[in-house]
Amino acid sequence: MVTELTVFLVSTLIKIFLVIGVLLGLVAYAVLAERKVSAAMQDRIGPNRVGLPFVKARLMGLGQPLADAFKLMLKEQFVPGHVRGFYYNLAPMLAFLPALLAICVIPFAGVDPIHLPGLSLAIPQPGVIANVGIGALLLFAVTSLGVYGIVLAGWSSNSKYAFLGGIRSSAQMISYEVAMGFSAIPVFLISGALSLPQIVDFQIERGWLLLPFVGKQFDWHLLFLWPSLLLSSLIFLVTLFAETNRAPFDLPESEQELVGGYNTEYGGMRFGMFFLGEYAALISASGLFVTLFLGGWSLPFGLLGTATSLSTFFLQALVFLGKVCLLVFFFMWIRWTLPRFRYDQVMTLGWKVLLPLSMANIVLVAILLAVFGGTP
Amino acid sequence: MIVVRRPDLSWVEQLYLPGFWEGLKVTWHHFVARLSGKTRVTLQYPEERPPIPPGYRGAPVLVKDEEGREKCVSCQLCEFICPPRAIRIAPGGIPEDSPYAKVEKAPQEFWIDMTRCIFCGYCEEVCPEEAIFLLPQHYSLNGRSREELLHDKAKLYEMGGVLPLPIRKWANK
Repeated sequence: MVTELTVFLVSTLIKIFLVIGVLLGLVAYAVLAERKVSAAMQDRIGPNRVGLPFVKARLMGLGQPLADAFKLMLKEQFVPGHVRGFYYNLAPMLAFLPALLAICVIPFAGVDPIHLPGLSLAIPQPGVIANVGIGALLLFAVTSLGVYGIVLAGWSSNSKYAFLGGIRSSAQMISYEVAMGFSAIPVFLISGALSLPQIVDFQIERGWLLLPFVGKQFDWHLLFLWPSLLLSSLIFLVTLFAETNRAPFDLPESEQELVGGYNTEYGGMRFGMFFLGEYAALISASGLFVTLFLGGWSLPFGLLGTATSLSTFFLQALVFLGKVCLLVFFFMWIRWTLPRFRYDQVMTLGWKVLLPLSMANIVLVAILLAVFGGTP
Repeated sequence: MIVVRRPDLSWVEQLYLPGFWEGLKVTWHHFVARLSGKTRVTLQYPEERPPIPPGYRGAPVLVKDEEGREKCVSCQLCEFICPPRAIRIAPGGIPEDSPYAKVEKAPQEFWIDMTRCIFCGYCEEVCPEEAIFLLPQHYSLNGRSREELLHDKAKLYEMGGVLPLPIRKWANK
């Protein structure tokens, strides 16, 4: 007979394959989207020649990711003679792994057990790979590991450009990590949970934390917490940009001054891993923002709040995917709008502006909650 | 000495957020205008061709007159003036029994090395017979080997074709 354990194992495996597949596909097409979006914002056309294999039509360049992947994989895996081999090979993996790990605690659909027709047992927590009680903390811990890949790459390359890129990256990621954690604390205070599915459930009931009036029932508490939440989400968004090394905080690779930054000495699939890792981090960061501030998998006014069947479950996943794609577009929009910050401006912004602001915000939210109540 | 006055920013401007917003608006307008087809800058080259202005100097070619007679008399002026020495001519004669025997000379072989040609147009300028032209329709030139880009006489006449011009120096009057 089917036991609970086998259902759990099989469903988890299926979820892992689905999520990793969708994530990698999304990464590949995010690269194409980046090129298309940048092209459109600069009045160009962008890649539109490569079609899918065995199809004569060009399909607006939709085959480009495939060609890119083949190019990266079939290239000579050249290793310069002056690198420290072990760490040089380790760095791309370390850069790629955290982004993949982070995605495992982000709920992409409802986590209430689903009953499938023809199966006596319910599928536990269908919407998330690992339903960890401290999901948010785990996420912060894992995403901050991403800096090691970059620092190792910069150091093991034995090249001044890579080294400067690595240094900048470590300084930037460490200083923004603090503000990032602090800016998320108001969310945990208000929702009273560290588990990401619970935070989403709270938002379905009381309104998204960025748009408090779209909940199932209107909550006046959230309305006067709104300014704090707006500030908190703004700081969180800015630190996400810094964490994922996206423009205007792409100092570690600043190609105009540092050639390629930390990945200068890398080529072929090793460079590809950094590239994929960067975009995977971008997508999981978008997923995190959607989960914390934009109501996760739900539509406004509690629609699609809970999944009862497989079809609503997939609809939830699609809604989540749509929100993530919109946010990824926003990331790209910002990248092609704003110039890069100078190194000292990045440090000033991180330590002198965002950090005190986020700390003051925590105190404010805590006082408001203590005076007016409003936690579940 | 020039003192650059930095603008005094109000506290709202110092947040940079209004500036960000203006920037986002600019890129958004470009994005929408490009997607809706309002902006059209790129030329999809092999399918769409650019308009070639008159007087454009394309590849140098040899031309024939309206009687199908080759105009070149192998005086070799073009060969001597060619700055990169791309032109080589093997002069030859015109047989006595030809109706154009009085022209006396014609090139036996004529090579233009397109890997050397710099499209300066001196050959066209110096030619007393108006036999060599840099025709604008030959602006796209490519080959897979050096040999392919060494144009010989047959190739040059094939590219040039017939170009009748009012000057009819050698016509039988």
